[in-house]
Formats: sequence, structure tokens, C-alpha cells
Amino acid sequence: MSQAQLEIQVIAVLVAVACALPGVFLVLRRAAMLSDAISHSILLGIVVAYFAVRDLSSPILVLAATATGVLTVWLVEALTRTRLVRNDAATGLVFPTLFAIAVILIARYARTLHLDTDSVLLGELAFAPFHRFEVLGRDLGPVSAWVMGSILLLNVLFIGLFYKELKLATFDPEFAAAQGFAPGLLHYALMTLVSMTAVGAFDAVGSVLVVALMIAPAATALLLSHRLSVVLVLAVATAAISALIGYWVAHALDASIAGSMSTTCGAFFLATYLFAPTVGLLAQVRRRQQQRMEFALKMLAVHLAQHERHPEEAVENRPEHLVEHIRWTGDFARRVVRRALSDELVTLQSGRLFLTEKGRALASESIVQGA
Amino acid sequence: MRHDRAGDSPLAEDVLAVEVSDLTVAYHTKPVLWDVDVTVPQGVLMAIVGPNGAGKTTLLKAILGLVPIAAGQVLIFGRPLPEMRHLVSYVPQRGSVDWDYPTTVLDVVLMGLYRRVGWIRRPGHAEREKAMEALHLVGMADFAKRQISQLSGGQQQRVFLARALVQDAKLFFMDEPFQGVDATTERAIIQILQRLRSEKKTVVVVHHDLQTVPEYFDWVTLINVRRIACGPVREVFTEQNLRAAYGGRMAFFIEQREEGC
Repeated sequence: MSQAQLEIQVIAVLVAVACALPGVFLVLRRAAMLSDAISHSILLGIVVAYFAVRDLSSPILVLAATATGVLTVWLVEALTRTRLVRNDAATGLVFPTLFAIAVILIARYARTLHLDTDSVLLGELAFAPFHRFEVLGRDLGPVSAWVMGSILLLNVLFIGLFYKELKLATFDPEFAAAQGFAPGLLHYALMTLVSMTAVGAFDAVGSVLVVALMIAPAATALLLSHRLSVVLVLAVATAAISALIGYWVAHALDASIAGSMSTTCGAFFLATYLFAPTVGLLAQVRRRQQQRMEFALKMLAVHLAQHERHPEEAVENRPEHLVEHIRWTGDFARRVVRRALSDELVTLQSGRLFLTEKGRALASESIVQGA
Repeated sequence: MRHDRAGDSPLAEDVLAVEVSDLTVAYHTKPVLWDVDVTVPQGVLMAIVGPNGAGKTTLLKAILGLVPIAAGQVLIFGRPLPEMRHLVSYVPQRGSVDWDYPTTVLDVVLMGLYRRVGWIRRPGHAEREKAMEALHLVGMADFAKRQISQLSGGQQQRVFLARALVQDAKLFFMDEPFQGVDATTERAIIQILQRLRSEKKTVVVVHHDLQTVPEYFDWVTLINVRRIACGPVREVFTEQNLRAAYGGRMAFFIEQREEGC
């Protein structure tokens, strides 16, 4: 593995983890798509600041872009408060406008800028190692690693320090306000971090894929745990692993690193959605089948109990009769009878079913429950 | 966190728990509350009743500083709310939060102590003990480690109540605590309200079951955008005031009351 490859992987992990942390709170606040809005509108901040300072690597660009992100959140909220449009429509109005202005400005006045459409939308992680951070002639590694590392550190510090407050303000903002915990202030602090993270990640993964890195690991983690602290750890782990797998997939396919990272995040979510222990799709299907079988066994027991020692018993307790009377398919009826036999709820004697003690107990228990 | 300790000096017994004067709240130009005066003496259980859209919840939120007010003044134990926040507890409507949030019952109750713990610091062993006590009071101690998404509506309400109780407040605001809860929970809540009254605490409840007002409460405020009446239940919970608050919709209830008497 070359030095450059290693550096790219370090940056990829830093970006992914830095995005995943605030992403958890965005998803919990049901404001996932604000990440989309912010990651687009920051372009306007970058462009305007560039016109002011004429230097693409100036930290002023980062500040201006972050401010634009926060402005976007404020504009969306202000527009929502007018009650003339709903929140989702307000989001859809604000950020494309800001983004479009930025696109026009780039096309009209900044053709020489390295900001072309591809790099805006997708970024390019592979170029990151070319841009070095040098102090007094000493090479300290790629600039992106330092920028993303600092942003990650800020995120960790903020969430670490204000974990309790963020938890309260995202769960119950009104109670937080009644307690004097300024949930609005926390919200904007969080949005500032989201904006700053999006700005930092912008160079590496572009404006579209920032969204994937913020939302997918958080959504995955939320399927796996019901404890916020565990959710945060899982989101970070998913993001870091996706970044590494994504890098090597891109390497193997000679494709976009950011694209592979995001796809891997999505694949993680899909796998979790399908196979998660309790909430996963397969677990749900299995549970439903099990419930259906349990209910069928109860129904069989009740049916046999009802007709026990009655004249019609000779007809009613034949397995083939079940298809007709309880409207099961022949196949399902056979499975239920087989299961009932193996569970020792019934015995089969000369083609007729008889309840065992256990079966009788189940029948009377089911009837009492139903009453 | 600011800790104004104005309320640490013993409260004068005759100071009103809540004094709302000339309160007006409007969304744009549409008034939700018009020039409302409400006074709540200490140690009463007060119901706020009125038809849908009368501004009951808004009144509660305006008192708690959660919605901007257009005019008027709110005093809590004779002082502005920010100085008295540590004496005030709030139980929001159960439906106002996301019960799928990844947290446990005990954690939710602990939230009631966040203010006392202060910014940045984390609740510790002593706080957990206190939260467990509150869960015992509402009969939810066995559920402490449970995921909040696994609770029934009544259990959710009791958890919210425990979160308010843990604060050691002197004044409680509850928004529709009986809304959609089972009979066990309703009894548990009533017992707790009575216990609070016996401890000389003041409780203000947004309520909408008129039938139970005389049984559960000793003080009542009737509103319908304007304040209709405010005072002891046996003095102001009259047919005339109910008609004024509810208009024609009251006929059914009044007939029932007369039959019952």
C-alpha cells in the first residue's frame, strides 16, 4: 500500500466518521434532508467568499460556507413559520435557489475556478494527497486530513460535552425549553456543526454524497440499537468500515471513491434492514409465520375440544376435514397437524385426531384468553 | 445554567402560585387568547377546561414561556418565570414526542433532573436513585430498563409524570394527562395529584372530561379564547359559565348532570 493510498483511506475514514456523528441527531430530529439542503447551499458561500478573497484555500471560504449552511436552516425555518408553505416545500424552495445562484456565479465569473460540476457533485478524494500541509518546509500530510481531523474533533467534543442536552432537546424540545435548556440554541449549534462538516467533506465527497454519509450510517445504527450512546458508536463504526470497504471497491473497479463509499453505506443499510435481529424484514417474516402457526395450533385444539365426545366427532376430527371447515389449504393443514403431533398436542389414531392432556389444556387456555 | 435562587427563601403563603394578567396570544392576527386573567392560589388542583381550540394548551405554553405572548404578564410565585423555573414542572402532551426515540424509561425520568445537574455534567448514582423513587411512585419501577417504544399509552403517561415528580417542583403543569390512558393509569394519576395537594403543591391540568371536574379538582378555569371564569369549582363550575364557554354543545352534559343530581 503506497503512502498516498494510506492517506486517502485516513481521509475517507475521517470524513465518514465526522459526517456520521451529527447525522444521528439529524435523523432523530427528522431533519435528515436538511443535510441535503446544507450541503448544496454551502457552494454559494464558497463562491461568494472566493470572489472576496480570490484564494481557494483561504479559511474564510470555510467560514463563509458554514454561515451559508446555517443561513439555509434559518431561511427554511422562517419560511415554514409563515405557514404559507410546509417545511418540506420550504426546504425545496430555499436550497435550490441558493445552489442555482452559485452555479450561475461560477459559470459567469469563475470559469477558471477548479469548481466544475463533477467536483461539486461528487468531489474527488483521489486528489486529496496532492494538497500538502507544510509548516516551515516540513510536510505534515495532506491538508484535507488536518481539516477533517479538526472538524471531527469539534464534533466529538460538542456531542461529548452536550450529549445530555442534545438528547433532551432532540427527544422533547418543549420540556427542554421549560427546563431552561435553550433547545433553539442547541439546534443552531448542531446545524453549524453539520454545515462545517458538510463544507469539510465537500472537497472529498461532493455535495450529494455528504448526505449519504450523514444519513445512512445513522439510519443503520438506529435499526440495531435502542440506546443513543450505542447508536452513536454503531454509526461511527458503520461509517468507518464503509469508508474502507468503499475505498478498496473503488480501487478494484477503478471507480469513484466517494461513490463506492456511499454505495457501501447503502449496502450496509440494506443488509441491516433485511437481517437485523428483531426489526429486520426476515425476522419479521419469520415471526409472523411463527405467530400464524401458534394461532393455527390453538385453533386446531379448540376445534377438537369443541367436538370432543359429541356425535359428530367422528367426522370433525379427521385431518382432511380441517381443510373444509377451518378453510386451511391442504398443505397448511398437513403442516399444522404434523406440528401438533410433534408438539404432542394431539395423537393420530386410525385416521382421527384426539387431543392429549396438553392439547386440551391449550384449548381451554385459548378460550379463556379469548373471552 | 443560571441558578437564580430567589425561590430558595421560603415562599410567602399568600403569594399566588400563578398570576396571569391581560394575557393575549395571537398567531399572526388571529387571537388564540384574548386578554386573559387567571389566578391560581397555592395548594389547589386546578383544571383548565374549554372547547377544542379554546386555547387551553396555548395558555399553558404561554405561562411556561413556550409560545411568544403579544401582551400581558405572567408571574410565578410573584416573580417572572425565569427566576422561578426550578420550582416549576411540566408534563407535555404524551403525543408531542417520538416514542421510538432510542432511550430507556429511566433515562426519560432522569431528564427531569437535568436542570439540577446543570449544563455538561452528567447525572450520577444519586440522580438514578431519585429517578427510581419517582418510578416507584407511578408504579413503573419494573420498567426502568425498558425501551420507551415498548410502552403502552398509559405507561408512557406515567413515565412523563415520573419525570415531572423527580424535579421536586412546587408547581406542576400537565397537558391532558388523562388523554387516552387506561383506568389503572387514570387512578394512579389521580392518587398522585391528591398526594401533591396534600403536600401543598399546586397543580394546573388541561382537562377535557367535564364529568370528572368536580370529582378530581377543587379549582377550575373555563376559557374559550377569553376567560369565562376562574375560581373554586363549586362557585364557578356552573351551568351558566359552562354555557358561556361551550355554547350549544353543552346541552347534553348539563342534562346528564341534572339527572345525576
